[in-house]
Order: sequence, then structure tokens, then C-alpha cells
Amino acid sequence: MNALVAENVEKKFANHLALDDVSITVPEGSVYGLLGPNGAGKTTLIRIINQITAPDKGQVFIYGEKMQSKHVENIGYLPEERGLYKKMKVGEQALYLCQLKGLSKAETLKRLKYWFEKFEIQSWWDKKVEELSKGMQQKVQFIITVLHKPKLLIFDEPFSGFDPINTKMLKDEILNLRNEGATIIFSTHNMASVEEICDHIALINKSRKILEGPINEIRNNYASDIYEITFEGYFNKLESTLTSDYKILDVVENSQKSTMKVEVLNKNIKSNDLITIMTQYGNISSFQKHLPSMNDIFIKVVEETNTLIK
Amino acid sequence: MSKIGLIIKREYTTRVKKKSFIVMTILGPILFASLMILPAVLMQLEDDEFKRIAVIDETGVFVNSLTNTEYIEFYDFSGRYFDQKTFTYDVTKATDDLKDSDYYALLYIPKNAVNNIKGSVILYSYTQPNVGIKMHIAHNIENKLKNIKFQVTADDLQITQEQIDEILSVANSEIQVVTNIIDEKGEFKETHSEVAMIVGYVSGFLIYMFVLMYGTQVMRGVIEEKTNRIVEVIVSSVKPFQLMMGKIVGVALVGITQFALWVLLTIGLVSAGQAIVLKDYDASKLNPTVMEMGSELDATSVVPDEKAMEFEEIFQAVYSVNYFAVIACFLFYFIGGYLLYGAMFAIVGSAVDNEADTQQFMLPITLPMVLGLFVMLTAMQNPNGSLAYWFSIIPFTSPIVMMARIPYGVPYIDLFISMALLVITFVFTTWFAGKIYRVGILMYGKKVNYKELWKWFRYKN
Repeated sequence: MNALVAENVEKKFANHLALDDVSITVPEGSVYGLLGPNGAGKTTLIRIINQITAPDKGQVFIYGEKMQSKHVENIGYLPEERGLYKKMKVGEQALYLCQLKGLSKAETLKRLKYWFEKFEIQSWWDKKVEELSKGMQQKVQFIITVLHKPKLLIFDEPFSGFDPINTKMLKDEILNLRNEGATIIFSTHNMASVEEICDHIALINKSRKILEGPINEIRNNYASDIYEITFEGYFNKLESTLTSDYKILDVVENSQKSTMKVEVLNKNIKSNDLITIMTQYGNISSFQKHLPSMNDIFIKVVEETNTLIK
Repeated sequence: MSKIGLIIKREYTTRVKKKSFIVMTILGPILFASLMILPAVLMQLEDDEFKRIAVIDETGVFVNSLTNTEYIEFYDFSGRYFDQKTFTYDVTKATDDLKDSDYYALLYIPKNAVNNIKGSVILYSYTQPNVGIKMHIAHNIENKLKNIKFQVTADDLQITQEQIDEILSVANSEIQVVTNIIDEKGEFKETHSEVAMIVGYVSGFLIYMFVLMYGTQVMRGVIEEKTNRIVEVIVSSVKPFQLMMGKIVGVALVGITQFALWVLLTIGLVSAGQAIVLKDYDASKLNPTVMEMGSELDATSVVPDEKAMEFEEIFQAVYSVNYFAVIACFLFYFIGGYLLYGAMFAIVGSAVDNEADTQQFMLPITLPMVLGLFVMLTAMQNPNGSLAYWFSIIPFTSPIVMMARIPYGVPYIDLFISMALLVITFVFTTWFAGKIYRVGILMYGKKVNYKELWKWFRYKN
């Protein structure tokens, strides 16, 4: 089943179209990356999913049901622009915000105790929020977001402002939640973290979805015929053989080993042909197809659509 | 608890726990109570100390008419400082002697006092004498002077003292206009405009103050949520309209709590103050000069009866106002006016990023309120004039202006139209505010003008 399906969503503001016929499908149990340049419409889409704003056209389904107000209790949302009441105490505030999500007071207290112990922050309970550092506040906010055990979690730029240790902790927690059955949508500019934790992605640019699918499939689709090879043997001879149909990139020559990338220019040549040639001059200790990074794909696709739209 | 209940609870408890609220709640009644008790206390304190006053009376006429009281005694020293050689009184020596004596002050009445009393009588002392002493002396001398002049006139006109008294009593008779209102049944009802005026003024002004004070709190609260960036987290759990209404209602409850505490604490403090400070309180001590003035003027002394009548009249006047109607209307107009303006304050809060930017939007809110206050001042004098009528019907000024009219008695139809319009208007403004609010709270870094607000209003949710 899909955790979330958005169909042909359109949202218009006074003089610009924020979302133009956007459809996404978020499979249950996935970590779904919502990518796109600044101002592409990601936050608007997230706000629609959270029922903060309503779409002008299109529909949203949550676990197969048409979106209704009761669904907010199944969603945990950590917005990009986040904050807490500065003058309120941490415990009081966590209690208040979680009760707003529909949890009972006793249950909230029980779960808060668990999380505060887990993060070892029990001593913060009676502190005012303004006494905490920004990173500490983010931890509190993370707890508040997940406390009501939502089936669907939405994180908008969750790693901004976190130090590497807390970033790692947060990543682990996100994967934990996924393993416990939650579905996670998260929006970020950090492509390395996308490769690390996302199963699916959608790329939005200029109010339109321009790419969607499982991350491995996408990376394979965008792969050109480039192979990463580690080779032991006569590199000079190899170099003189691989001429017209090949292109050798990024060579690092060691005393015996050399690592390189080889691009196959002729579409008729298969990887086996390349291997056959190479084995004549030495040993291949590793041979793998080069997959483009999400960063490369992001830039490539966004630039392509930008020129198209122009 | 429902979500809006949770919001109301938070808005209420965080404000009620604030130091500023507690300080205001305690200071307010102390201030009110001291305003009520202080004059009486001061009057008592002033007369507490026994004072001897030496008198040099060059005329020889007045010294015997200075009456001693419980706290003041006069001693004639005219003889001691009379210089037989120059036939003058040595005031300088007298003031020098005063320094080390146990006399509090020296009263000097010069020769020309009979003909030109204004500014000629001097009271020398080393500390500032209180108003009570000055008034006592002035009254004594004034009455004596009057009697002398009456005597002279009486001699000239060849009439007796009795005749003079009669003329005086006619001339002195105070005229009081009794106002009677004829109601629908044709029955007469005595009214007291003075009390109605005060009650109307105070309640109208309180509404103005409370609406402005708590409206601003709503606005600050919205700005706080916006600048803290917590608002997006909250509106992912509740509807923006619920958040706005929760805030408005929560703050209203704070206002009502504060008002109720003020009333209760003031009543408590005043009665406690009266019990402690004015143990031996009775009407005569509260105002000694008035008492003496009366007895001086009229030897037969009908004062106690007159006093009693006066009190009765005051009580009657105070009770002639229908307080049940005043309190009920006060609550209605306070809540109605607050809801009307509270919603507008919420719009302002949602439209700006910080408090400094609120100025441009505040004018349309404060203008009708200040206008209402000014119209109220006129309405107090002419409660049924067309100005008072229209402004007590128009919802933006009606909470203030109608309160000034109510103690005088307002036709039910006026009241009904005014209240109905107020309810319709605040329902409308709240709906209108809700539409702007939900867009505004998520909008950052935009210079907002009225056109922009209109655009927000027309967004579909």
C-alpha cells in the first residue's frame, strides 16, 4: 500500500503557480526524498500534505483514504522554520504540543519520559527553552515530532543546524523509525544524505515534478557507459589500445596498480568487450559501472528543465 | 480536553503566571483602595497633633471669634507684643520668640484687615501648616467679618438681627433641581444625573482601557508565535482559526480574571482599611471643618439632621442607578468590544514580522476607539442626543459610548439594535480575521500593505 498519493495537485498564489499538476507516490515503509532547488514548491507541497493549506486542484490520499482532518494525528511534521515558545519550560511545552496532536496527558508523559531518558536530557525538563542551545532545541523538537508515533513523518531540512554527531544520531533515528514501520518524507538539499538514507526520490523544479522513482533505478538510468576499474599491468599499452571508441578519465597511477574511469563511446561495445581487451595487458582487480551521484543528477536535470522552460 | 480547550488553557495559564500579571493584579486594588481611603486617613492624620497658636490681632475684633478645637488652641498675645511708645505691635520679636516656644505658629491679623482682608492675615510657622488649620482660621475670620458687615448694614437699614437672619436664610437657600423621568406607564421616577454620569464615565473608560490592553496582548501573542516560528508546528495539528480563537478567548479570560480580582481585592482592601484605620470612624470626624462651619453659622445647630438627610440623599442617588443592568451591559460590551477588536489585533499581529511594523495598521484600530472615548464625554452630558445615539449604535464605538448612556436608562430598542449589531459585526470581523490570519502567520519577510491583506483575504484555503 502507498502511504501517500498526491494526484495532479495544483496550487496558485496571487501571481505565480506554486505547484503545477504535481503527482507523487510514496510507498509505505520508504524513506522518500523530496528534492528540488529553493522556491521549487516543496514546502507548499508539504504544507498541503499537512493540511496547512488546501490545493486548488487535485487530491491527496493518505493510506488509501482521501485526506481528512483526522489524518493530522497520523502525521508528524518537523518544518524547516521551526521554533518553540521561548519562555515556556521544555517539559510543559512538549506536553502541550503533543496533546495538540491528540495524545492523552498520561500517555504523553510516559512517552516523553522514555525519549528524554534515551537522549539523556531529563535535566532539561524544567528549563526554559531560551536557556537551551539551538542544537538542544532541535532535539526537543525532534522528540515532539515523533512522540505521537505517526505513521507518516515529514522532515523539512532536518539536518540544518545540527553538528555531525547529532546529524548521525538523527539519521539513525530516522532509519529506526522506518524499521519500526513508519514512512518518512524528507526534504533536503544535502544530496549525500539522500544517497545514504533515501529509497525513493522525487525532484521538483519550477513547480513541476520532473523526476520520481526508486533511487537506484534513477541512478542507473542516468548512468552513462562509464566504468570504474582498478588494473594491474601495462597501463601504457592499454592506453594506446583504448583509442577511438573509448575515453580514459581520472587516472591515478601507482607503482603497480592504476585506478581509472573508462567511458565507452561506441554504443555497440559491451562491458565484456572492454574486459577482454584489458585482460590482455594485465589483471583486473575491480571493475564496476560508475553510477552518477545524486548531486550530479540533480544539477543535470534541473539545468536541463531550466533551459527547456526558457 | 479538546484542542481549542488546550490552547485556551495555555494562553490563560502562561499569562496568569507572569510576574507582570501578578504585580498588576496586586497593585491595581492597592491603588484604587488608597484613592478611596487615603483622603479620609490623611484628614485624620493631619488633625492628630495638638497645636497651640499664638495670635496678634491688631484689630482686636477677631481674636475672640477664633474657636478652639480638639487639636487647635488659640492664645491671645496681642498685649505682650504691643509697644506702648510707638503704638505698634512687634511682630518680628514675636516670630523670634516663636522659635523656642511650644507654640506651633503665630497668627498675625493687621489693622487694615477689616477693610481689606484679602491676603493680609499671615500665619507664621516653622513647618508647613496643613490645610485644615488654614481653612479653620479662614472660616472663623470670614464669619466674624460677615457678622460685622451684617451688623453695620442692619444698623444702617434699621432692621433687627432676626430680620437679617431671615433675609440670609432666603438668600442662602440652595436650589436643587430634581430630575424625574416619566416611563412608559406614565410613572415618575426620580433620577440622579451626577451618579449616572460617574458610573457611565468609569465603565466606558474601563472598557476602552481593557479592550486596548488585552487587544494588544493578543497581537503580541500572535507576533511571538510568528517570530518564534512555532506557528507552523501548531497549525499542522490544529486549524489556524482554532489557534486564533483560542488565543483571543484565553486572553479574554485573563482580562475577566484580572477585572474580577480587582473588584474583589478592592472591596476587601477598602473594608479592611476602614476597619483598621478608621476604627472610630463617624461622619463628624471625617469632615471637622464642615461641622464647625455649620455650628458657627447657625447657633441652633440642626447639623445632625441635615447630615443624615444629606447621606440619605447620596445613598438614594447611588442606588437610583440600576447596577444590575450596568454590570450585565458592562460584561456584554466588554466581551463584545474585545472580541471585535481582538480579531483585528490578531490580523495586525499576523501581518507583521515584528512589533515595530505594527504602527501603520494600528491607526484604523485605535482611531474609532479614541473617537468613542471623545463621544462618550459628550454623551455623558447629553445621553439621548443624536451624536450619542448614533455612536452607541455603530459597533466600533458602541461598547464605549453605550456604557455612558446606560446608567441614565436606555430604551430597550436602542439597546437591542446596538447589541445585535455588535454581535453581527464581531462574528464578521472574526471570520474576516481568520481568513487573513491563516495566510499571514506563514508569511515571512514581506512588506505588507492593505492591498496585500485584501489579497490574502481572497485566497482559497
